[in-house]
Amino acid sequence: MLLSDTIFETFNAITANKARSGLTVLGIVIGIASVIAMLAIGTGAQKDIADKIKGIGSNLLMVMPGEQKSFGYAVRGGGGSAQTLTMDDVEAIQEDVDLVEEVAPSSSGKKQIVSSLSNTNTTVNGVTNNYADVKNIEMSEGIFISEKNNKGISKVVVLGQDVAINLFGEEAEVIGQKIRIEGINFSIIGVTESKGGSGMTNEDDAVYIPLSTYQQYLQGDDYLSLINLKVVDQDSMTKAQSQVEELLLARHKIDNSEDADFNIMNQADIVEMASSATQTFTILLGAVAGISLVVGGIGIMNMMLTNVTERTREIGLRKSIGAKKKDINQQFLFESIILTFIGGAAGILLGIGVALGVAKFGGISTEISMFSIVLAVGVSALIGIVFGYYPARRAANLNPIEALRYE
Amino acid sequence: MLKCQNLTKIYKSGENETKALDDVSFEIEKGEFVAIMGPSGSGKSTLMHILGALDNPTQGKYFLDGNNVSELSENQLAEIRKKQIGFVFQAFNLLPRTTVLRNVTLPLIYEETPREERRKMAEIALNAVKLDPERWNHLSNQISGGQMQRVAIARALVNNPSLILADEPTGNLDIKTGDFILETFKRLNKEYGHTIVLITHEEEVADWADRKIVIRDGKIIEDVTKNMKFKTGSK
Repeated sequence: MLLSDTIFETFNAITANKARSGLTVLGIVIGIASVIAMLAIGTGAQKDIADKIKGIGSNLLMVMPGEQKSFGYAVRGGGGSAQTLTMDDVEAIQEDVDLVEEVAPSSSGKKQIVSSLSNTNTTVNGVTNNYADVKNIEMSEGIFISEKNNKGISKVVVLGQDVAINLFGEEAEVIGQKIRIEGINFSIIGVTESKGGSGMTNEDDAVYIPLSTYQQYLQGDDYLSLINLKVVDQDSMTKAQSQVEELLLARHKIDNSEDADFNIMNQADIVEMASSATQTFTILLGAVAGISLVVGGIGIMNMMLTNVTERTREIGLRKSIGAKKKDINQQFLFESIILTFIGGAAGILLGIGVALGVAKFGGISTEISMFSIVLAVGVSALIGIVFGYYPARRAANLNPIEALRYE
Repeated sequence: MLKCQNLTKIYKSGENETKALDDVSFEIEKGEFVAIMGPSGSGKSTLMHILGALDNPTQGKYFLDGNNVSELSENQLAEIRKKQIGFVFQAFNLLPRTTVLRNVTLPLIYEETPREERRKMAEIALNAVKLDPERWNHLSNQISGGQMQRVAIARALVNNPSLILADEPTGNLDIKTGDFILETFKRLNKEYGHTIVLITHEEEVADWADRKIVIRDGKIIEDVTKNMKFKTGSK
């Protein structure tokens, strides 16, 4: 049978019952479209988080205190609770590790902040002047904490974008205004540019004061809760990380790295941590969509089986005029493949449309990946073959004598 | 041209054995117009299936154009049907919602005949059955029963088979239309020299043929060829 004839016969058969073909195709369209749209939403969320984390600074290593270990007790504090990192460590890193360009120590805690109009609970970071550079913080107005502020233990504060809005409302003139943290007055000297982000990674919901001021007035000791390190370039991350680790182990007199009283994390670790959650979410969405795709496939099989039964006499006739098993098989298989192909193509368009629509009107970022399209096309082709195979075989195996007699 | 030797067909269903054909032998020459007649259950349908290469006999041999058809595989039988046999059915079996021309050329798609030739072959066949060219592009469900059967005959003719097998071709038609169809067969036989085997249970239909093979309980009980004089008379 020539390909052009197969195509003609298929076209004829599909258009013979337009309503039924249409509904069958719709099943595939919905299946494919939901796979693409769902994966786009999932991947979008994943990429969103990764982007925001990257916005914090790309060559960043973070040294955090380890868990509080109380000898004799089986009680372990949470990560970062120990008091192990000091300014001496910071200086040592600065001097001994060449791969580290800048070191920005900080201490932070959740505090209640009061303005003349309102109050809010946010993270107060005690930082040095190079913190802005290391963490890629840009100013929208005013200036960041300076070295002079730190030396002078000044009571000045830089507000994150969200905090500024929470305390003073939008468009308010905040520079020069005063806020109170634990009863101490601070003058506002700047507001940071918004970086976006949410939850624990939201840098807009934070305020910055000089580290010295934080330690003296709010913390009461000079331990650090975080040391941010800016490494010279991205390729040196691993090397820098191990050098810092070695140095700190030596300084803290610890032989075994497993007993370390600090943790070093890099950008990749954090991205991975955050994206593992959204990955689960994406898989779940994909799985639900995948189920609808399988249901669509069963729809195809159902229609093709009905088709074979309905066209039994036609199959008998075709056989009587010389059609071989192969011809009949090919014709019916082709039909289901074409149906899924049409459904697949329409589904891709619809899926992309839905993903774009969700992004535009739902405010959720979506990312249509080539992978999801390839996956959808592959799956629909597979569905056509798998779910078309059985009906086609049934048709091909019909006995011509019985098929011709079929009423 | 067509030769049956001791054809026997036994159907088994569980323990029961039914002998549909019992040691049937006969020959049909090229250009003959033969009616195979018998009541229902006589085995004439079984015989037709074997003659039409739709089925193999349990025992015996069937030669078509010198080839032993009775021992061929399914695919080889399909090949024989494609090239050497044209079927005409009681229920016409045209493809619905498909043009007359497309219906007639249907056997050619399995032969992979080039498209340009198909049209020519279909025209010859449609002219042979005298179907008005105006109808050629009509859909098969837009024409009358008699026209449908003529389209079906044209379809059987289109690739010039050695044998045309017509199974109760007038069964679904009124007497007048039926006679017209039988006349068409007669003409195809006389003018074009087609070998035609007509299967029927009606005496009046069988009378149109030149030779009548009567079958009952799987056996041939009568095989008569009309004399020339009678043949001319019936024309």
